[in-house]
Amino acid sequence: MSFLTAEPVRLLLSLVCIMAFVGLNAAYLMLAERKGAGRIQRRPGPNEAGYGGWLQPVADVAKLLSKQLIVPPGTDTILFRLAPLMVISPAMMCLAVIPFSETLVARNINVGLLMVFSFGSINVMAIMLSGWSSRNKYAIISAARVVSQDVAYEIPMLLVVITLLMMTGTMDLNEIVRQQAGGFWHWNLFKVWVNPLMPVTFVIFFICMLAETNRAPFDMAEAESELVAGAFTEYAGMGFGIFFMAEYANIVLGCSLGTVLFLGGWQSPFGIWPGVVWFLLKLYALIFTVIWVRWTFPRTQFYGLLNLSWKILIPVSLFTLLLSSAMIKIF
Amino acid sequence: MKASILEVPRGFWSLLVGMRVTLTQFFKPVVTVPYPRKTLPIPARYRGHIVLTSDPETGRSFCTACKLCERACPSDCILVDGVRLEGEKKKSVTEFKLDFTRCSLCGACVEVCPCDAIRFSKNYNLASTSKGDYVFDLVERLKAEKKQP
Amino acid sequence: MIASNDIPSRTNPQETFVLNLGPQHPATHGVLRIKMTMNGEYVTRAEPVIGYIHRMHEKMGENRTWAQFLPNTGRIDYLSALHYNHAFVGVVERALRLEVPRRAEYIRVITSELNRISSHLVWWSAFLLDLGGFTPLLYAFDDREKILDLLEGVTGSRLTYCYFRFGGLCNDIDDEFIKGTRAFVAQMRPRLKMYRELVTDNIILRKRLEGIGPISAEMCRKYGATGPVIRGSGVAYDVRRSEPYSVYPEFDFEIPVFPEGDSMARYLVRMEEMAQSLRIIEQALGKLPPGPVMGKVPRVLKLPPGDYCYAVEAARGRFLVRTVSDHKEIPYRVKLRTPSFSNLSLYEEASKGMMLPDALALLGSLDLVIPDIDR
Repeated sequence: MSFLTAEPVRLLLSLVCIMAFVGLNAAYLMLAERKGAGRIQRRPGPNEAGYGGWLQPVADVAKLLSKQLIVPPGTDTILFRLAPLMVISPAMMCLAVIPFSETLVARNINVGLLMVFSFGSINVMAIMLSGWSSRNKYAIISAARVVSQDVAYEIPMLLVVITLLMMTGTMDLNEIVRQQAGGFWHWNLFKVWVNPLMPVTFVIFFICMLAETNRAPFDMAEAESELVAGAFTEYAGMGFGIFFMAEYANIVLGCSLGTVLFLGGWQSPFGIWPGVVWFLLKLYALIFTVIWVRWTFPRTQFYGLLNLSWKILIPVSLFTLLLSSAMIKIF
Repeated sequence: MKASILEVPRGFWSLLVGMRVTLTQFFKPVVTVPYPRKTLPIPARYRGHIVLTSDPETGRSFCTACKLCERACPSDCILVDGVRLEGEKKKSVTEFKLDFTRCSLCGACVEVCPCDAIRFSKNYNLASTSKGDYVFDLVERLKAEKKQP
Repeated sequence: MIASNDIPSRTNPQETFVLNLGPQHPATHGVLRIKMTMNGEYVTRAEPVIGYIHRMHEKMGENRTWAQFLPNTGRIDYLSALHYNHAFVGVVERALRLEVPRRAEYIRVITSELNRISSHLVWWSAFLLDLGGFTPLLYAFDDREKILDLLEGVTGSRLTYCYFRFGGLCNDIDDEFIKGTRAFVAQMRPRLKMYRELVTDNIILRKRLEGIGPISAEMCRKYGATGPVIRGSGVAYDVRRSEPYSVYPEFDFEIPVFPEGDSMARYLVRMEEMAQSLRIIEQALGKLPPGPVMGKVPRVLKLPPGDYCYAVEAARGRFLVRTVSDHKEIPYRVKLRTPSFSNLSLYEEASKGMMLPDALALLGSLDLVIPDIDR
């Protein structure tokens, strides 16, 4: 049995587990969202397929798989087929560096944070490619909007992460979590003696994460479809299914990053018995907040969205950056 | 300038207030009724399609085929006919056809009838695959009702 | 290969394309077609094309007796059917000088105001659905179910009521209705407060609506827009005050007026109107007189020859019925002046130069019901 602990085998096993985790989450998060939306709206949500609706994702996936994969004529076939793959691979790859617990991390590299953000940008390019290769006037316009939205919100996100990096001094995600050992007052969220505006930093990170994953209230790309077609219109069947899965995978990635960076990762709030359970609890609490926010607010306008990023979030995050660097220098 | 800066925390607070509202609703019970597993009681005055009433003792319909309902109907849905039987002063109804595809449930026929011979029923889940099923023969219905009350 | 005329040319700013908001909308406006000539993001011309649900109500009025036309009135604007019922029975009562018992008038007011609240709830939820907020729809329809259940217990119908009759009502209300309405008023006030917290005060909604689609009082007068559209532009015009009918002068209520003229003002007018309707219902329930609900009506209705009209404040604006009689059983002419037709007519001028999502927000804030436009 010693070959199981050999490094390549362990790595392969953990990557397979991550892919399964992403797949399972994508399917069941969709159910969780619909049920959560139902409960917020005082109705049951899907409860017909299987007892209480637990087989609903299976039914959805079966439906998507059974549809014909149409590639419309005139599209750029290579890019058209490549775009869904490019959307889901960064999410899966980045999850390889997220520490689920002290020992449960697929590959803990010392520039983990950098890797997450560099791969995250591929997501943006993939959506642009899907819109561009569709040969549809409205898909291109919608995809262009998504790109400007995502680029605008990456900047405050990176500024916020730089603020955090100044405090932690390392990009190794497991090391960042280890620094937050102790009770919950040691979590990065509450370290106000280093950066008095730390909760604001967390809020900015959360808003940017919502915008990067194109979730409401920033879902101009997909909800634009009420008027004109969105960026994914030409995709049928599983092609569309993969975009959908990728959205949820991105949410899982964003929320796990938030847990690791701000909420202490796999550390427990009482200082004892750390483990993967705490990580999952915090992850799902953040995901619940993402779902909660989606079903509460109407959509912003496009220029309101960009205004929020350029005129409000960037000045505030620059200010927190300066403040925390001053505090670190002085104290 | 000052107003737009102050707007940011105030606006953020309004978002949090909204989120609190939806969270309180999240923990409240469900208000929907899982139809068709559970049905709600139908109010007494509900307007389903009309049916003939009958005398509880003799079982005969009160309708005397005076055709007032046929004239009052705005949509020409009703077709009434009757014959005067031996020894009776008023006619008895032999045919009462309601074309429900045109009925607007206005209630003119029910109100104008001098003998209270028609009333609204409570049938609401009518579904069929052919249009002909919606031309109701109310005399036949009354006979069927008598057999199985 | 992408054809060169598919993508709007960025080098020529004068090039426009026509975007067709087809008769089928994802939102609930109805079958309205708008041919929008767009220059990139901006609307240069929005031309509404109506007639997709023209059902010839006015022609039907010439072929039916006055009593037979009553069910039609409930279908013109199905969301505020009782107001339209009221206008039609009012015109015949005015022509024949019929006495309507006071109890009937009070019940007419109570049920009409309940109908106004349910119509505004539908507008609110559909408008927010347009803007991307999905949850308020469910909350509003929960409240609306209670109103529909109350009215179903009295009239027998849930949406297209045919409850009013010439000279009164078709049947009386019972204690269950009075108790239920009181309970509804008591639970609706906190709900309105919740709607304000959840939606009206929300910064995202305020940014979406404030300053969008300004309509001046002059434009309203030019096109004859009435109802919340003109009250959101600063003019305090309400048929219940300017051409008082029924027993409205006996109630103490305010006409909400907001001077800004943008979509937010129209939104606030309608939310306030719901609160004022609750006030009217409470007062009417308190003062409800006993007595019959049907007055003396001649058997055969033949209006004296002449021209009669009657206006009511429906949920969308001023609804006027004008009928011309030539002393026959069948009217010579029934003219229906519907509020949504005039409200829509100012859309072309008001939406010039707006961005597309803002033009849609403006359309939603006008509260159009397309069957009301086409009749």
